[in-house]
Amino acid sequence: MSQATESDVREDGQIESVSGPVVTATDLDAKMNDVVYVGHEGLMGEVIEIEGNITTIQVYEETSAVSPGEPVESTGAPLSVDLGPGMLDAIYDGVQRPLDVLEEKMGSAFLDRGVDAPGIDLEKTWEFNPEVSEGDEVGPNDVVGIVPETPSIDHKVMVPPDYEGGDVVDVKSGNYTVEDTIVELDNGEEIKMRQEWPVRSQRPADEKQTPDTPLVSGQRILDGLFPLAKGGTAAIPGPFGSGKTVTQHQLAKWADADIVVYVGCGERGNEMTEVIEDFPELEDPTTGNALMDRTCLIANTSNMPVAARESCVYTGITIAEYFRDMGYDVALMADSTSRWAEAMREISSRLEEMPGEEGYPAYLAARLSEFYERAGYFQNINGTEGSVSVIGAVSPPGGDFSEPVTQNTLRIVKTFWALDADLAERRHFPAINWNESYSLYRDQLDPWFEDNVAADWADQRQWAIDTLDEEDELQEIVQLVGKDALPEDQQLTLEVARYLREAWLQQDAFHDVDTYCEPEKTYAILGAIKTFNDEAFEALEAGVPVEEITAVDAISQLNRIGVQEEWEEYVAELEDDIAEQIRGLY
Amino acid sequence: MQKEYQTITEISGPLVYAEVDEPVGYDEIVEIETPDGDTRRGQVLESTSDFVAIQVFEGTEGIDRNSSVRFLGETLQMKLTEDLLGRVLSGSGEPIDGGPEIEPDEERPIVGEAINPYSREYPEEFIQTGVSAIDGMNTLVRGQKLPIFSGSGLPHNDLALQIARQATVPEEEEGEDDEGSEFAVIFGAMGITQEEANEFMDDFERTGALERSVVFMNLADDPAVERTVTPRLALTTAEYLAFEKDYHVLVILTDMTNYCEALREIGAAREEVPGRRGYPGYMYTDLAQLYERAGRIEGKEGSVTQIPILTMPGDDDTHPIPDLTGYITEGQIYVDRDLNSQGIEPPIYVLPSLSRLMDDGIGEGLTRKDHADVSDQMYAAYAEGEDLRDLVNIVGREALSERDNKYLDFADDFETEFVQQGFRTNRSIDETLDLGWELLSQLPKEELNRIDEELIEEKYVEDEGETVEAEE
Ligand SMILES: Nc1ncnc2c1ncn2[C@@H]1O[C@H](COP(=O)(O)OP(=O)(O)OP(=O)(O)O)[C@@H](O)[C@H]1O
Ligand SMILES: [Mg+2]
Repeated sequence: MSQATESDVREDGQIESVSGPVVTATDLDAKMNDVVYVGHEGLMGEVIEIEGNITTIQVYEETSAVSPGEPVESTGAPLSVDLGPGMLDAIYDGVQRPLDVLEEKMGSAFLDRGVDAPGIDLEKTWEFNPEVSEGDEVGPNDVVGIVPETPSIDHKVMVPPDYEGGDVVDVKSGNYTVEDTIVELDNGEEIKMRQEWPVRSQRPADEKQTPDTPLVSGQRILDGLFPLAKGGTAAIPGPFGSGKTVTQHQLAKWADADIVVYVGCGERGNEMTEVIEDFPELEDPTTGNALMDRTCLIANTSNMPVAARESCVYTGITIAEYFRDMGYDVALMADSTSRWAEAMREISSRLEEMPGEEGYPAYLAARLSEFYERAGYFQNINGTEGSVSVIGAVSPPGGDFSEPVTQNTLRIVKTFWALDADLAERRHFPAINWNESYSLYRDQLDPWFEDNVAADWADQRQWAIDTLDEEDELQEIVQLVGKDALPEDQQLTLEVARYLREAWLQQDAFHDVDTYCEPEKTYAILGAIKTFNDEAFEALEAGVPVEEITAVDAISQLNRIGVQEEWEEYVAELEDDIAEQIRGLY
Repeated sequence: MQKEYQTITEISGPLVYAEVDEPVGYDEIVEIETPDGDTRRGQVLESTSDFVAIQVFEGTEGIDRNSSVRFLGETLQMKLTEDLLGRVLSGSGEPIDGGPEIEPDEERPIVGEAINPYSREYPEEFIQTGVSAIDGMNTLVRGQKLPIFSGSGLPHNDLALQIARQATVPEEEEGEDDEGSEFAVIFGAMGITQEEANEFMDDFERTGALERSVVFMNLADDPAVERTVTPRLALTTAEYLAFEKDYHVLVILTDMTNYCEALREIGAAREEVPGRRGYPGYMYTDLAQLYERAGRIEGKEGSVTQIPILTMPGDDDTHPIPDLTGYITEGQIYVDRDLNSQGIEPPIYVLPSLSRLMDDGIGEGLTRKDHADVSDQMYAAYAEGEDLRDLVNIVGREALSERDNKYLDFADDFETEFVQQGFRTNRSIDETLDLGWELLSQLPKEELNRIDEELIEEKYVEDEGETVEAEE
């Protein structure tokens, strides 16, 4: 969290009451959303309501033993994040306190309170390579220099967006801390590698553009059927245990974004640990560098204070926007937005606000759309283009999608990956229901796939969709009369659809090879199934009984393409074998 | 500094409101003395400069306006020492076994602090429970929180006891590794019947498990509000034994449903805006603050593994108690009424059951290299067989293909041979997986598409497969 704010801390208010994370204070001179320090221990909080002389504060730390009468101080500044080199490879809590620094400062594996730490290391020096020289004119967000932050990412040092800009009168080059002035302007503005931004306001950008490039995920069902665009929004709702987190992790690992911001919002501690342990060892498929080099983690787990759960998504998206301003494609995963909504509900009920649907505050829908609005493919004010894609998990109570958080989210996002308990139960993973899910980006992304993967990408996909649809209809009949009562061609369709499900849609996130599937391979697997389909129907027409066709040895090999590293050869041979063996039947 | 007040203004359900003229800390402990000399303990739920709301643990009967209220100036603490092992305590942590007073080495607030996610170590050490449906299909690992989703009248306690009795980490048996880390059980009972309590205590005593256990007993006729404290006492003790004294602690909490009812009661008394089905909106956070106290910590020998038990009202897993639990824990084991009435012991319904930490806890060097594939394949085959059962009811077995019939047989055998084992049988992981291969070998090799081909060559039990083929 940003704390190098120079605005002096004023000694003013007094605690009037304490109830869980909500504290009221009297005589506090503060503005809405100002950060305040509460009680003798200086617990961090934020002003969320002002009524007469009473100020209501949500406290980001545990409030046990805090009592009325203790002092409250306002910093006079809103909740902000520190932006600068040092955020990649970091793990923060919901108010951008680095968890590794907290561990060190607290000397314990347990989170104590009243300890603060800046979001980026203020003492560490970075190699600053200027991109401007004396006399150059620079404006807001213009890049003044580069810091090679990690092997994957060059950190672009920008003029803060709220600066006026002017002519450069002094430029430094070499190793400096984030607090040193590295560029000076003629109007006296000093540019440092570190800037601050209030988390609840969107960073300025020029224009949102229609996204036309996919965020390639390496997940067959996503790239193949329900692609997400760079700058797009997606929701993954599903009951517990259906695969939200695994899907989010898969995207964080394999999506072809430049930067990944992963927000663990009110979920499990071990899931964050898994990321911390796995990511440094995994390779980014595009750059070959460690995945951690492009990743920023925000972990506000379910047992951490609820108010910081409310703020963690804002912390995350502000960091994402900062990298977008540098011209990067950023992907933000929020797991789970429901916990964020519940945190809003909890605070709102402590404020005794009028509850809306299912106890959620009336402003739930507005907050959700404000958040997702911060996603997009942008023309930045410094002339670059960058994107923020947002993928939000939703955890509907009882797995029932009719509840307010799911419904309000679906009204905003353009991609819907519906997880299905039934599929998860039979270990069909990813348990994304292909009948219910959709992507409104599909058409605008087709040209990219056609140019970069295969010219008949869209046709091939349509064939898969039609076959799966047909299966769905046939299954209803099968449920009543059994498969053998169907005409032979329909039996064959069922068999083809089974391979679509097993060989194409299913993908094992835990298999070393299968975990990532490039679009070319996604296309090739589909192609192989199509070959089987075409050969099989020809044979059927030639009078071969369906049992004989489906008993052909080679067919079951379709299910093994996913795990092949050398899949090109494998598919070529397999297609030959299938054709040969089926043709051998007549 | 203990100021005494006689300023009670309102008593409502488990809550007492009193006026104060000096500041009182949030969450602080309160003692209320009734006119007839009874002392009740409670905790500050809301503190303002002129009044406080107190939640009384031991019931408000007998409290009146003349009762005196004392604020102790500290939050609720658990007295901790290794000597707690072997002791039986009440739901609020007082000895009830007739033994000596607890002489603590230290005291800790029972609320506990969150483990810094950065300091955690990812759990991946296989615990062998000796129960095939768990070890083979839903593997438990050290530091996991894996609840049992059950229903009233089902044998979830027998299963919990079986796990507590049989749980080992295989390599330890051989005496390698892990110098001095011992196993301990913490048992936190909330609102269970005397009969259930006896069942647990008898088993503990008979097997000598009591010596390495700490028991917290809040029975059905004990005060309901006390139930909100019991699991916190238990978990504070668990953390102490695990992270100070290097024990591998297994915490069994039963019945979480009673705990949640107590939360609902307090919420209602405070006239809070209720969430789903009348349970407080903050129940997710509250439960998370219990369940997340499982885990491993980098650099510490011990671990806290949790098996909370809950009875699903109406056997409905969308009810807020199992639902919120499932969203927090790392999987769940379903105990099923139908399987139970078929006499399957333990009646674990494998399909909806899940262990999310299984993937990293199994495989070569941990369990066996064929484990993941075998379990995947059995899941798929059992699911397929289960589906066909509905169809069979309509069209009969004859109308089904030979392939379908094999799956039906598989599903039956899976239940009666693999899941069924009895509460006293302890199967090693090798036995469990070999049994799995025997069952899978009823299916034609080509059907085993989730298993690596080399493994099939190695493990497929040929003769069975061949006899079936020969019959064709
Ligand atoms: N793509 C996948 N490949 C293999 N296994 C998967 C996949 N997706 C999910 N799973 C399995 O499902 C389990 C549950 O998935 P996950 O933890 O993502 O659920 P969730 O929807 O996030 O649940 P919760 O809401 O409780 O957090 C995983 O532990 C894993 O075993
Ligand atoms: Mg999850």
